Amino acid sequence: MKSSRRNFLKIAGITALGIGVRPTIDTIAAVGGHGPTEPEPIFKQNEKALTAKQWAMVVDTRKIKSEKDVAPLYEACHKIHNVPDMPNKRHEIKWIWPEQFHHAFPDLHSEFLSEKIHHTIFPVLCNHCENPPCVRVCPTKATFKRESDGVVVMDYHRCIGCRFCLAACPYGARSFNFFDPREYIKEINLKFARRTKGVVEKCNFCEERLSEGIEPACVEASNGILTFGDLYDPNSEVRKLIAENFTIRRKIHLGTSPAVYYIV
Amino acid sequence: MYNKNLVIAGIVIFVILAAFPFWFNVVKSAPAPEVVLTEKAKAAKECVRSKEYMTTDHMVLLDTWRDSVLRDAKRTYVNPKGVEFNMSLSNTCLDCHSNKVEFCDRCHDYASVSPYCWDCHIDNPQGGTE
Repeated sequence: MKSSRRNFLKIAGITALGIGVRPTIDTIAAVGGHGPTEPEPIFKQNEKALTAKQWAMVVDTRKIKSEKDVAPLYEACHKIHNVPDMPNKRHEIKWIWPEQFHHAFPDLHSEFLSEKIHHTIFPVLCNHCENPPCVRVCPTKATFKRESDGVVVMDYHRCIGCRFCLAACPYGARSFNFFDPREYIKEINLKFARRTKGVVEKCNFCEERLSEGIEPACVEASNGILTFGDLYDPNSEVRKLIAENFTIRRKIHLGTSPAVYYIV
Repeated sequence: MYNKNLVIAGIVIFVILAAFPFWFNVVKSAPAPEVVLTEKAKAAKECVRSKEYMTTDHMVLLDTWRDSVLRDAKRTYVNPKGVEFNMSLSNTCLDCHSNKVEFCDRCHDYASVSPYCWDCHIDNPQGGTE
């Protein structure tokens, strides 16, 4: 192509523009990127944390003689987690609570139940199911099954209070905060957060304690009634108990596969 | 042109009104708040991250912390200098910055942001004085 004066001026103009723009692009690039020297922070699990494939609990109801034996469980749990004591039963918040056999195991209930079973109090809590229906229905993924240890956890930050999980849970293990709970917490535990109005809450298998290497509060207070361990570890205490004793679980026909086992 | 004087006067009034926030602030702008550090925070010298980072990005940090703790069960934070921290607003942040009113609230009020963190997380050790 024959170079004309007109073409030369065009190319010269574009080149000048390019040189002029370069510093601006460099500045933007520098702002966008992070400093090359600082390493990225690391998020890791606590060193002494207890780990498992699926946490499970065995309740030895043979050891429950009266209400006095199980009362410390509820107290220990509710105190440590700032669970409010609602005066109105309809607004009740519960993480672990007593239940009669025919309520806890409606599918196993018979008309002429043994007197002993009839009078036994069954402590019930979130079963941390292996196939939890609450997780499936949650539209915001506020409740989810943690891959690392099988605990069904709630992220209160994400909960929008739609209460689908309340409807989905066949065990009534979830409670909804119709009111601000802070007035109803008798003794506040400063180390643990409370919840707010408009969120669902439930037992978290004391995942905050597990991360510090200690067993759940109810297990600690149970005096041997409750046993906690890894369901998929053949040497764990829960597996031994399940292998040696006849255990029942709540509403297993629903296919949720609860991880709380009851020795009757 | 008709009503020339009225139109010009109207434009001048409009400009003055529209610019009101600007010149109002020039005359009387609220001074940036002074945050008060507790003795413990002073003794610690450096926060989880550098002061500059914390000033601009503490909310980003807290957001990543909450996801890490709840969703991944990872509760230990190793900062770029290699120091480990327990990721907890109530137990780590507010343990040092226990003067929420003088430290957190002053800036939040100035910037007119009202985070709802304290609806649930207790401002240790005051214990629920919002």
